[in-house]
Amino acid sequence: MNSGAVASTTALSKQFPGASRAALSEVSLEIRPGVVTGLVGPDGAGKTTLLRILAGLLLPTAGTVRVLGSDPGQDMETLRSSLGYMPQKFGLYEDLTVAENLNLYAELKGLRGKARAETFERLLTFTDLARFTKRLAGQLSGGMKQKLGLACTLLGTPKILLLDEPGVGVDPVSRRELWQMVRELITEGNAVVWSTAYLDEAEACDDVVLLSEGNVLFKGPPRSLHARVEGRVFLLDGASESPRATLRKARRDPASLDGVVQGKSVRLIARAGATLEPTRHGVSSEALLRRVAPRFEDGFIDLLGGVSSAESALAQALAERPRDGRVVIETRALTKKFGDFVAADSISLEVQRGEVFGLLGPNGAGKSTTFKMLCGLLAPTSGEAEVAGVDLRRGRAAARQRLGYMAQKFSLYGHLSIAQNLEFFAGAYALTGKTKKEAIERLVAVFEFGHYLDTKAGELPLGLKQRLALAAAVLHGPEILFLDEPTSGVDPLTRREFWTHINGIVERGVTVLVTTHFMDEAEYCDRIALISQGKTLAIGTPDELKAQAATAELPYPTMEEAFIGLVGRPS
Amino acid sequence: MNATVIRLLALIKKELQMVIGDTQSLRLLIAPVVMMLLVFPFAATLEVKNNALYVLDRDGGPVATEIIERLSHTPAFSQVRRLRGEADMRAVIDRQDALVVLQIGPHFSERVLAGQPEPIQAILDGRRSNSGQIALGYVQSILAGIPVGTALDAARPPLVVRHWYNQNLDYYRFILPSLVAIIATFSALIVTAMSVAREREQGTLDQLLVSPLTPWMLFVGKSIPALVVALIQATIILIASVFFYGVEFRGNVLSLYLCLVPYVLALAGIGLFISTVCSTQQQAFLGVFLCMMPGILLSGFVTPIDNMPEILQTLTWANPIRHFIAIAKGIYLKASLVSDFTDNLIALGCIAVVTASVSLALFQRRLS
Amino acid sequence: MSAAPLFRLAALIKKELLQILRDPSTLIIATLFPVLLMLIFGSGISLDSTVVRLGVFDQDGSPPARRLVETYRHTPGFRVVEGKSTDELSDLLRAGKLQGFVVLDQGLGRQVLTGSRVRPVVQIVTDGAEPNGANFVAAYAQGAFAVWSEQELARRGYGPRSPARAFSLETRAWFNPSTKSRNSLLPGSVTLVMMVVGALLTALVVAREWERGTMEALLTAGVSRFELLVSKLIPYFLLGQVAFTICVLMAHLYFDVPLRGSIGTLYLVGSTFLGGALGMGLLISTLMRNQYNAAQVTLNAAFLPGLMLSGFLFEIRSMPVAIQAVSSIIPARYFVTAMQTVFQAGDVWSVLTPSLIGLGLAAVGFLGVTFFVTRRRLE
Repeated sequence: MNSGAVASTTALSKQFPGASRAALSEVSLEIRPGVVTGLVGPDGAGKTTLLRILAGLLLPTAGTVRVLGSDPGQDMETLRSSLGYMPQKFGLYEDLTVAENLNLYAELKGLRGKARAETFERLLTFTDLARFTKRLAGQLSGGMKQKLGLACTLLGTPKILLLDEPGVGVDPVSRRELWQMVRELITEGNAVVWSTAYLDEAEACDDVVLLSEGNVLFKGPPRSLHARVEGRVFLLDGASESPRATLRKARRDPASLDGVVQGKSVRLIARAGATLEPTRHGVSSEALLRRVAPRFEDGFIDLLGGVSSAESALAQALAERPRDGRVVIETRALTKKFGDFVAADSISLEVQRGEVFGLLGPNGAGKSTTFKMLCGLLAPTSGEAEVAGVDLRRGRAAARQRLGYMAQKFSLYGHLSIAQNLEFFAGAYALTGKTKKEAIERLVAVFEFGHYLDTKAGELPLGLKQRLALAAAVLHGPEILFLDEPTSGVDPLTRREFWTHINGIVERGVTVLVTTHFMDEAEYCDRIALISQGKTLAIGTPDELKAQAATAELPYPTMEEAFIGLVGRPS
Repeated sequence: MNATVIRLLALIKKELQMVIGDTQSLRLLIAPVVMMLLVFPFAATLEVKNNALYVLDRDGGPVATEIIERLSHTPAFSQVRRLRGEADMRAVIDRQDALVVLQIGPHFSERVLAGQPEPIQAILDGRRSNSGQIALGYVQSILAGIPVGTALDAARPPLVVRHWYNQNLDYYRFILPSLVAIIATFSALIVTAMSVAREREQGTLDQLLVSPLTPWMLFVGKSIPALVVALIQATIILIASVFFYGVEFRGNVLSLYLCLVPYVLALAGIGLFISTVCSTQQQAFLGVFLCMMPGILLSGFVTPIDNMPEILQTLTWANPIRHFIAIAKGIYLKASLVSDFTDNLIALGCIAVVTASVSLALFQRRLS
Repeated sequence: MSAAPLFRLAALIKKELLQILRDPSTLIIATLFPVLLMLIFGSGISLDSTVVRLGVFDQDGSPPARRLVETYRHTPGFRVVEGKSTDELSDLLRAGKLQGFVVLDQGLGRQVLTGSRVRPVVQIVTDGAEPNGANFVAAYAQGAFAVWSEQELARRGYGPRSPARAFSLETRAWFNPSTKSRNSLLPGSVTLVMMVVGALLTALVVAREWERGTMEALLTAGVSRFELLVSKLIPYFLLGQVAFTICVLMAHLYFDVPLRGSIGTLYLVGSTFLGGALGMGLLISTLMRNQYNAAQVTLNAAFLPGLMLSGFLFEIRSMPVAIQAVSSIIPARYFVTAMQTVFQAGDVWSVLTPSLIGLGLAAVGFLGVTFFVTRRRLE
């Protein structure tokens, strides 16, 4: 063990009573001082458990853990002032003002008098919250809450900072600022552990620990992961068909390990030692393959072994719908006000049949509000929204029959089994007899629910939950699918699989409306509306938007950079 | 089959699975019933038992002795204790050892045998005035039965008192039918009030609203499990009452179950109203509590409605518990007919309709 | 640095108070709820029958019979409905429209004249389904009958000097001379209100910290179990005192229940009880960790036992021994006795001391168990 390590664990295991698998399995790692260590993995990987053990809030079932030379589980007293922990919900008291929250934590950490006043001034400037000291914490935006949470954690100048998914759902600008702040904190003596599910954040860390289902898959600098797939990552441009169709065909090539849509191109990873031959499998001959530098995500996929197939059995079972370019979703000056607060301001957009349309923006931007108004869950203050030609507010059952909906958080019945959930939704959509039986059986086969049919939905692993939610949404063969942040927190493999199904369905003529704050997911869409603070900033294809945001310094911005460029600074 | 029917059936099935299918929730529904069944009939009694009767006998003569002898054989008094003096008397009442103290004066027997009227002093602990008065009632009836051998006794015309439906005025006979109402109240309110709030908190409500299911279907779907649970609990109580406590069911069982339906629907309406008005489960629970406590206290379960001031009596018409307690007691103990309770049933129906409509309207409004 | 812990505690208490003031539901529980409940208890709960609907069926019709009917009509508290048959009256009784009825035997007139005691001249029938009421109906009806029979005897020559009644019962009630049931019910009701309020206030409080994720932050900041519990106890204790004061004021000023004990004793007893009630709520909150379950358990643990087993309405001594034993571990029971005594009797220490000991044990017990059960970590 490196004696310079700020924290370390040796064969750390944690088993919660009654859980089917260990939360952490033989995890050994070291946190070096002077760097930002990323703890990366999908929901359920064990990141929060690990952080809590490091913070002394949980005791390990086996193995040892050392933080700054002591065992956090036994020596909380000595470590208290050197350790800062920011939980996922920030640990803020919503009924208290910014100042009151700060004062409370300052008092609890023994920071008094002049030291307190100085620290407050420093932190308030640092987080740009000086203007909001009297505002109730519950009324702050997501980004501001994050910063306040960080400020409270920084009271008492800790030597090791444990941040549990601090960047979740926050707008990209705030997320950048948070990163900036954290980087400034790094000195020679302290360390930051930043846990995240976002692989692009992982890439920005100095050290990375990749967790999946409680196991460490990889640890080291991100660049080392790239080395795995160096030379095996390619971009396929210039095909005549849509990128989606290109992807499907390219993936038929057994030499391909993984593939994903990236703007107008298709990004492919070749298996070790194999050569890609896309044109042999149906891709048009003008398509060109060029090698590119790998991303962190590519390495991760390679580690996990890639996805099984690119064909969606689900899509194959669906009836083909006419691609007539008709507008199936339309809004005109759609507005929603909550009192004085304008959540959605005059949103106008059109979605054609067979399109994947994305509403892109951070939490609080108004995309969920717009989305809900489209689904008929919220009544607009003014403006109109029509889906399949019908205003859903007055929608009769017949109109809703044609929609499918998948909510952001798992919104099916946790106490009921998969089979019971599917039965219920089949009935809700008036499927009976043979039709019902066939529909359910087909979905069970496609999504491989077999073993889990009688397990309570709440106890399923996240990937299966997502699949169940998707199954319930498509059970009745809808022509329009509404997906609200469908892949947040999910591992890349599940996300791939999910989009394989979606792409397959879309090719059969189903229209999909997606909302997401995950900028990269925007690449999968045909067109996007960028929403910030209730207004549409821009509507267009991903490439169009990137072109709009391109500047001399940044000729090829990523989606996130495009967003930041187009939005300017939020207040 | 009609699409609406299919949807409704699926919804009802799902609701039932959630309430009954889960062993833990089933336990939570059965356990309180059993607990209440075992405790309440024994605890809820206004009879006066097991008290000691304290007598300060300054006389000691034959009539006094005879009286004390008779009194010591009353079930109301487990024993008769003699006091030595006034100080004792004060102490024993202060300490709440004595409910009633009798003081017999020095020349009592002499005077009574001589035909002179002679009172006995009875002092009762006003802090427990109700029990005290009942105890006094027992004493008085004992005294009235003692022949003193004067011609007068022979002349006084006799009367007889009959307590119908409950000869010995046993309290548990009174409690058990009311328990059907009380226990059904708990479950019906909690099941309906918490259910919409829970769906909202867990996120499943949106999924339902996006589907072809309409709000009124949701309401019907949520009222049914309340009905099923109430029926199950009522059956448990009825079986326990008849076979375990030996209280015969005099009326028509079917009519009791029939009347249970409008009652539960009225409760479900209130529960749904609470559910619509509150955003979180915590608020819904507080709402249930705020309705339930006054509801039970002013239902005739604890004290009779007839004893309340006129205004309150009128207000209780809006309390479904009041109506069903009257119906349950009537059918169970008095072999009443459904027709005896037409006004109660109409009131229940009105409550159900009004609360359901208001809830539905509020629910629609919340969506906007 | 021994002052530091106090500052920490003060900061935590301040946080709790701010949260309370900004959360309307807590304030409602502490203020409006007691008012509502006291109003119900004071006006709605009464064991004194005010009006008895009595049916009368005169099968005889003779002058003495008519005089008896008139006596019933003129007895305050009776609302007489004359019926034409026993069936009619029993139907009304069954339907709950009458609380009792009186049947005058057809031979009444003759029996009174001849002084024969062959058979009962009057049958009093009560609604046994309402046992407490039945007792009163029987008592009033018998009382009116006795008045009438004295008058009839007087007419026949047994004058007022004659020892018409060899002995009678002269009643006095100590501590509650008017024997209004309300005077004894209300101090007991305060118990029930405080029990529910106390438990409700704290039952959701700890669970809420868990659910909202602030508990984690507190634990990391090194808040000790003692600090956590005391910081929650003190503000709610103050709030509970507000509720208690409201109850006492309503009972004494609005409902005119006499308060013979001293204010000091009143608050001493009230505070000890409050400690126990709050302790119970905190325990539930700590054990349940989610608000839904905490709420359900509170309902079952606070309201029902308080109503049934505390002695405020139902005599504990009349219950079977097993149930009495259960009742002895319910703190509400001691509070009822203490309240009834302080209000109506005064500072009777022979009663109050054992009650205080019981209440004190309950408070220490609940708070102690809560302390042990509170985790320093997340599991």
